[in-house]
Amino acid sequence: MAFNHKHILGIEQMSAEDITLILDTAESFKDVSLRSIKKVPTLRGKTVINVFFEASTRTRTSFEIAGKRLSADTVNISASTSAVVKGETLEDTAKNLEAMKPDIIVMRHSCSGAPHYLAERCDFSVINAGDGAHEHPSQALLDLLTIRQKKGHIEGLTVAIIGDITHSRVARSNVYALNKLGAEVRLCGPGTMLPPGIERLGAQVFDRIDDAVSGADVVMMLRIQQERQGKTMLPSLREYSMFYGLTPDRMKLAKPDAIVMHPGPMNRGVEISSAVADGPQNVILDQVENGVAVRMALLYLVSGGEKLEDSAQ
Amino acid sequence: MKILITNGRVLDPAHGIDEKFDVLIEDNRIAQVGTDIQTADAEKIDAAGCLVVPGLIDIHVHLRDPGFEYKEDIESGTRAAAAGGFTAVACMPNTSPVNDNKATTQYILHKAAQAGHAKVYPVGAITKGLKGESLAELGDMKQAGCVAVTDDGHPVSHGEIMRRALEYARSFDLPIVSHSEDLSLVGDGVMNDGFVATELGLRGIPWVAEVSAVARDVMLAEYTNARLHVAHVSTRGAVEIIRAAKARGARVTAETAPHYFTLTEDAVRGYDTHAKMNPPLRTSDDLEAIREGLADGTLSVIATDHAPHHPDEKNVEFNLALNGIIGLETALPLTLRLVEEGALSLSDAIACLTSGPAAALSLPGGTLEVGRPADVTIIDPEIKWTLDPQAGQSRSRNTPFGDWKLKGRAICTIVDGRITYRLSD
Repeated sequence: MAFNHKHILGIEQMSAEDITLILDTAESFKDVSLRSIKKVPTLRGKTVINVFFEASTRTRTSFEIAGKRLSADTVNISASTSAVVKGETLEDTAKNLEAMKPDIIVMRHSCSGAPHYLAERCDFSVINAGDGAHEHPSQALLDLLTIRQKKGHIEGLTVAIIGDITHSRVARSNVYALNKLGAEVRLCGPGTMLPPGIERLGAQVFDRIDDAVSGADVVMMLRIQQERQGKTMLPSLREYSMFYGLTPDRMKLAKPDAIVMHPGPMNRGVEISSAVADGPQNVILDQVENGVAVRMALLYLVSGGEKLEDSAQ
Repeated sequence: MKILITNGRVLDPAHGIDEKFDVLIEDNRIAQVGTDIQTADAEKIDAAGCLVVPGLIDIHVHLRDPGFEYKEDIESGTRAAAAGGFTAVACMPNTSPVNDNKATTQYILHKAAQAGHAKVYPVGAITKGLKGESLAELGDMKQAGCVAVTDDGHPVSHGEIMRRALEYARSFDLPIVSHSEDLSLVGDGVMNDGFVATELGLRGIPWVAEVSAVARDVMLAEYTNARLHVAHVSTRGAVEIIRAAKARGARVTAETAPHYFTLTEDAVRGYDTHAKMNPPLRTSDDLEAIREGLADGTLSVIATDHAPHHPDEKNVEFNLALNGIIGLETALPLTLRLVEEGALSLSDAIACLTSGPAAALSLPGGTLEVGRPADVTIIDPEIKWTLDPQAGQSRSRNTPFGDWKLKGRAICTIVDGRITYRLSD
């Protein structure tokens, strides 16, 4: 089937078929990373600019490597949001970028909707690498790829996502993606971290982690973003770890073959104990590895998807 | 100079008049309202098929002058008012300098008199510099021409200062216009708190931020027996509190704005910064409550909260965009739309734009009574038009109603017997 999206702004706009196509494409790219010469000519002559208005090492590096493995010319721009304070507007940034004739802009921004703003105004393709508390589509896709590899399927699985749902773009994108592929999603966190109406996105909501984890096939922990909590979301990290931290005991409530995921970076001892983070059920590094393949697939598909047969073989 | 308006449907809700009458204007005043008025030397305006109503009054506009003339000034703002059918506006004090003193009030009145498109009633600040700390010279400002006081976008958070402001203003029979909002509950919210905010990943402002503050202000008004006018009501809870307070006899009036009975939070989808305002657009249930509040008189005023901003202040990420939209040129058709939809009678709709606002701030006007200043608006209720933001009279273009198909429009605006706006064919 054809991939008809010029931009990757979120999972919300994708169909189950789109998602499956991306995952299948990512599978076919995975072995490029295993070769001694980790490069195919697929995107030779294409320019990809990674514009990160918000600090990120993992996602930016992953996108950069993905671009390079496809032979695209990749450029990184780290513009802190203080660039706004310095005076340049997002529109000016967009115009400047456009003048350099890139094919794809990968953008992370602390404001929800910023990639949509860019996509509406520019000719190039925009890939959302995380916008505010809205969506983080490539993360959800790499999560799905990891789940599919470990479980063989996604439909019918129970996935518990635990942590600060309010501020999590990872959670939102995963709820959409998992729903579209037929998984059952549970969201769990203290009341301060469960935004109004979140169940309407298609999830069961739990305020006790034990209930959320019980019988789950996948337990996905979210990072407690200490910089976002202020003084009002949590009494203390100590209390959070007591009531919402994933410990070996709590993992026993999940299915025996359940996997543990985390988008990283982890706060060990807060949302996840080291025993679980390093335990046999964790697939956290598989997620990172799959991240490169998924991002290769996204860059490839928004570029029009030609020459897959040549390049991935 | 005389003007004779003939064949129109004269609608003066303040006096229960709804009849086909002629209106004669003479020496800047309403000289006669009746049938078959004969006069030889008057300029005649044939208002067949049109409504002839008291000049519309908008008691909540931001003219941005002095200080922010790149968004709007008194000249352009009153021109927009006249084009929207308004003969008078009350302007908010969040200018630079703040209108918290007689000199600034006098500047506004002086410039308004020069512009002459519409009457301008300055609204002073409650506290010096809108800081919420100490009372401004309310008596002096009233004497200089202020018709009310408000800290506008800066709610008076400190309970005692609000209490003292009400008590002090009572001595001067000066209404306090309250922007009722608990800022600690607003936090860094940028739209209504609810499912849409959750979905869009935007920080929410809960309805209780408005309702709890309205409750406090209404109770304080009752406690002090002072006059309170609640600005831009957007929630069901606030409507209910005001309704109950009025039933108890509190000296409370309240307004809403056309966007709160026309749009919901869904307008934010797509991160449209023209849907960003304070208070934020709410749910369809709130919208319904606002319409009910207008219909039963709980909300006796439709005001625009006309808030011009430069395109550069709106053409940014949603979080960074300034709050507010312009409204002077869309208020009338959006109100008539409410009538068309059966939510409000035509007479009540006109009352919310004339006698209601006049009564809330004790302004002259709002009626076509003989002997009163000749402020008159002629409305063609059937005219169909498409809103082109670029064609507006305001200096700013920040409206969410661009390209909307509207029905009804002021075709002639008369201030003190002078025609200040006429729709060209």
